Amino acid sequence: MGRYVVRRLLQMIPVFIGTTLLIFLMVYALGDPVAALFGDKAPDPATAARIREDLHLDEPLWKQYLLYMGAIFRGDFGTAFNGQRVTELMATAFPVTLRLTLVAVVIEIVVGITLGVVSGLKRGRPLDTGLLVVTLVVISVPTFVSGYLLQFLLGVKWGWVSPSVSSDARLDELILPGVVLALVSLAYVTRLSRTSIAENTRADYVRTAIAKGLPRHRVITRHLLRNSLIPVVTFIGADVGALMGGAIVTERIFNIHGVGYQLYQGILRNNSPTVVGFVTILVIVFLVANLLVDLLYAVLDPRIRYA
Amino acid sequence: MLLEVRDLHVEFRTREGIAKAVNGVTYSVDEGETLAVLGESGSGKSVTAQAVMGILDTPPGRITGGRILFQGRDLLTLKEDERRKVRGARMAMVFQDALSALNPVLTVGDQLAEMFTVHRGASRKDARAKAVELMDRVRIPAARERAGQYPHQFSGGMRQRIMIAMAMALEPALIIADEPTTALDVTVQAQVMELLAELRRELRMGLVLITHDLGVVADVADRIAVMYAGRIVETAPVHDLYRAPAHPYTQGLLDSIPRLDRKGRELYAISGLPPSLTAIPTGCPFHPRCPRARDVCRTDDPPLYEVSADRRSACHFWRETLRKEPLDAPR
Amino acid sequence: MPEPYEKGPYEKGPYENPREAIAPTGAGGAMDLAMSEAETLDKRETEPTGEEGTPPGPGGRPRSLWTDAWHQLRRNPVFLVSSLLIAFLVLIAIWPQVLTDADPLRCDLAKSQEGSEPGHPFGYDTQGCDVYARTVHGARASITVGIAATLGAALLGSLLGGLAGFFGGWGDALLSRTADVFFGIPVVLGGLVFLSVVTSTTVWPVVGFIVLLGWPQIARIARGSVITAAQHDYVQAARSLGAGSGRLLLRHVAPNAVAPVIVVATIALGTYIALEATLSFLGVGLRPPTVSWGIDISNAAPQIRNAPHMLLWPAGALSLTVLAFIMLGDAVRDALDPKLR
Repeated sequence: MGRYVVRRLLQMIPVFIGTTLLIFLMVYALGDPVAALFGDKAPDPATAARIREDLHLDEPLWKQYLLYMGAIFRGDFGTAFNGQRVTELMATAFPVTLRLTLVAVVIEIVVGITLGVVSGLKRGRPLDTGLLVVTLVVISVPTFVSGYLLQFLLGVKWGWVSPSVSSDARLDELILPGVVLALVSLAYVTRLSRTSIAENTRADYVRTAIAKGLPRHRVITRHLLRNSLIPVVTFIGADVGALMGGAIVTERIFNIHGVGYQLYQGILRNNSPTVVGFVTILVIVFLVANLLVDLLYAVLDPRIRYA
Repeated sequence: MLLEVRDLHVEFRTREGIAKAVNGVTYSVDEGETLAVLGESGSGKSVTAQAVMGILDTPPGRITGGRILFQGRDLLTLKEDERRKVRGARMAMVFQDALSALNPVLTVGDQLAEMFTVHRGASRKDARAKAVELMDRVRIPAARERAGQYPHQFSGGMRQRIMIAMAMALEPALIIADEPTTALDVTVQAQVMELLAELRRELRMGLVLITHDLGVVADVADRIAVMYAGRIVETAPVHDLYRAPAHPYTQGLLDSIPRLDRKGRELYAISGLPPSLTAIPTGCPFHPRCPRARDVCRTDDPPLYEVSADRRSACHFWRETLRKEPLDAPR
Repeated sequence: MPEPYEKGPYEKGPYENPREAIAPTGAGGAMDLAMSEAETLDKRETEPTGEEGTPPGPGGRPRSLWTDAWHQLRRNPVFLVSSLLIAFLVLIAIWPQVLTDADPLRCDLAKSQEGSEPGHPFGYDTQGCDVYARTVHGARASITVGIAATLGAALLGSLLGGLAGFFGGWGDALLSRTADVFFGIPVVLGGLVFLSVVTSTTVWPVVGFIVLLGWPQIARIARGSVITAAQHDYVQAARSLGAGSGRLLLRHVAPNAVAPVIVVATIALGTYIALEATLSFLGVGLRPPTVSWGIDISNAAPQIRNAPHMLLWPAGALSLTVLAFIMLGDAVRDALDPKLR
């Protein structure tokens, strides 16, 4: 187990470097942050030079990357061009997105797994077929479409929930955005647990459990679910990272001032330190989530633990 | 009589149509008796056993007729909850592939202990102790330590021992063993078979041994039922059957065993393939492959003729077969 | 031969998970769907068959996987509906004039946000453009991006993944790590960063970006299925008979490894269309004057209270298009995967 963790950690390093380097190159090599800062005005040459020097923009790119990464590991994400520290922006934005993601994940777990298990146990019945069709449709509707539709129907037309989110982003306000964010993953969790359950109901060990004379609920909870939900749980774990990165669309629809909002502003204003900083954190979250999932996987499945 | 299967019919719905997996199977097992059910894959021997155990996949499977009498009660009319209490406690099953038949994410100790907590209401601690005891009994070394291990940490033979321990746990009256040694190394096969036979003797259990291996049968079985295309074609005490089969199919099976005293001669093989269960031939289902088939075999389904007090054969020409008369007409 | 029993079920069990460092989840549920469903395809031929519970079929002439799949597909209503829909979409992408003579770019501000009227069934948008004409013309951008990006990603991905899987070694390791790097980038974020600096108004930067982030997924599937296919006895036999690598790969491995790639690519096509629309919605995908559902939805969104029709029509068209491709992929998967029937 210990060696397994170490190996996974070591594997993460090149991925982390590669991913951040790629993002760094996209932002710094493809755009000109200084020109963007001044917009249409011609930049004052002295100021421009000073900013270039501050940001090490006059150094070769690889050196810029190293300097930047060095600063990040000292906790210095640089300054946004409006003078705010990027870390301050993060401190306000990440808790909001984290809450949103949390709401989405809870919905995914509760609704997705329940539907999937029911569907898998009733494989081939009308309910199962219906759910399969519905999930396909849900997967096909892009988040920004379902977001506006739900906002319009629930928030505007029927007035069940507030259509936009205040700057505190309280949990109850985040339910609708959470549903929107979760929707596609939710459909996927449903399908995944349904397939897994349906496959495992025919597994030999389930037949053994029945042959042992165990009551049906015990066969399902102790034998069937435990095995079937391993892939589902690992998917949901990995999805946490993906949801945080994908929250940008949802946050825009509901005007939530989270990570997506800050990133979007950063990109619009060509605010390189903000963009690279936020994306770096998201990449780290994504990688750590994946690492945790791998460990979780090993905990849940003894065949991996003792391999 | 411990177990009597009477005129059992099982069908499966498949894409190709209705597959008649079991067509009127009748057999019985006495207390302490070992019945070997012999047949190729697809002959319905496992499906019959699953129907007896009550673990048939329904759907696609369906029991369309017959009775299964166990200790005098018809299992097919029992409520599911009563049926469940019979399973595991009074009749138990040993599966072919212990690796997939054991739950991969639970320790073997837990899986054994479960029998006692569920059926006997034992405390977890007692159940655990019983589990270790059982593992000792099937001669798993260091049972106490190994009870905390997972199935994949055991060798094939050890896993099958655990499977057997699980079946024996509540000292059932009947054990159904579905090809219990097929998945094992030849060297381990004999040990496992011996263990099974020994425990059966000690506990005076009835045993239904499902197999396609004639070699296994001769050593342990009292009687044999040979199945073909979902029906019994011959039943006989094991030695009678080996000495002189009363059905051409049994004859064919025996002839296709390689034997040292016939070394150098061409090995016999039954021509053709078993029929599809969605399109079983009319008359005797074996007639397309039978060297003795005549017109009557193509039209009339043979009943189980009484060959002697304890022998039956579903062949119109069982006398000729029994006397090993030469085949008259070249086919 | 006790070996297969010793290993088989655990190696190929439902949790078989040759997990790489990163799970393929950056691209959203539909892509995950494609990936996992193709993975079950990978395991197709290793599933135990011939159990007594599923009696063998009639002893007729054995049909190949492909003819069998085709027979199955032709009778599947999902396949028929989705392929008809796709044929229709491709048709209007090529000749939008079949459905409308109106010019999607000729707008009349006087008619801003008006509802439907004869000849203009979907009404007008804020600029007073005909929503019906824009919805019809929007198919072209979506279909072009979808098909071009899928072709690009599938070709690049199956080439690299296939070679890596077949030859193994350091090339394989390099590919896997490279793929991990791309998996580490959240798709929408990557699109924002990458495409926000592009100024071209054609579809090609978007296509290029999707190919860039899409190929590793196809490569991973292709790699896996090539490895599975290469382990088959007949491939080993051909190898032992001295068949060269090229011949082996093209004649024996590729035909047996291509099914999962086709399934993933079909479902991916749908997700790529959705991705393009999402990027266009965020303002970094296609740009005007290209007519795109994503742009129209983005423009209509602020007005959803006053004129929901402006949003609903392009949104419906977009969702239907994505659904058509995902359904097609699903049907193809079902047909190629006999064990799930």
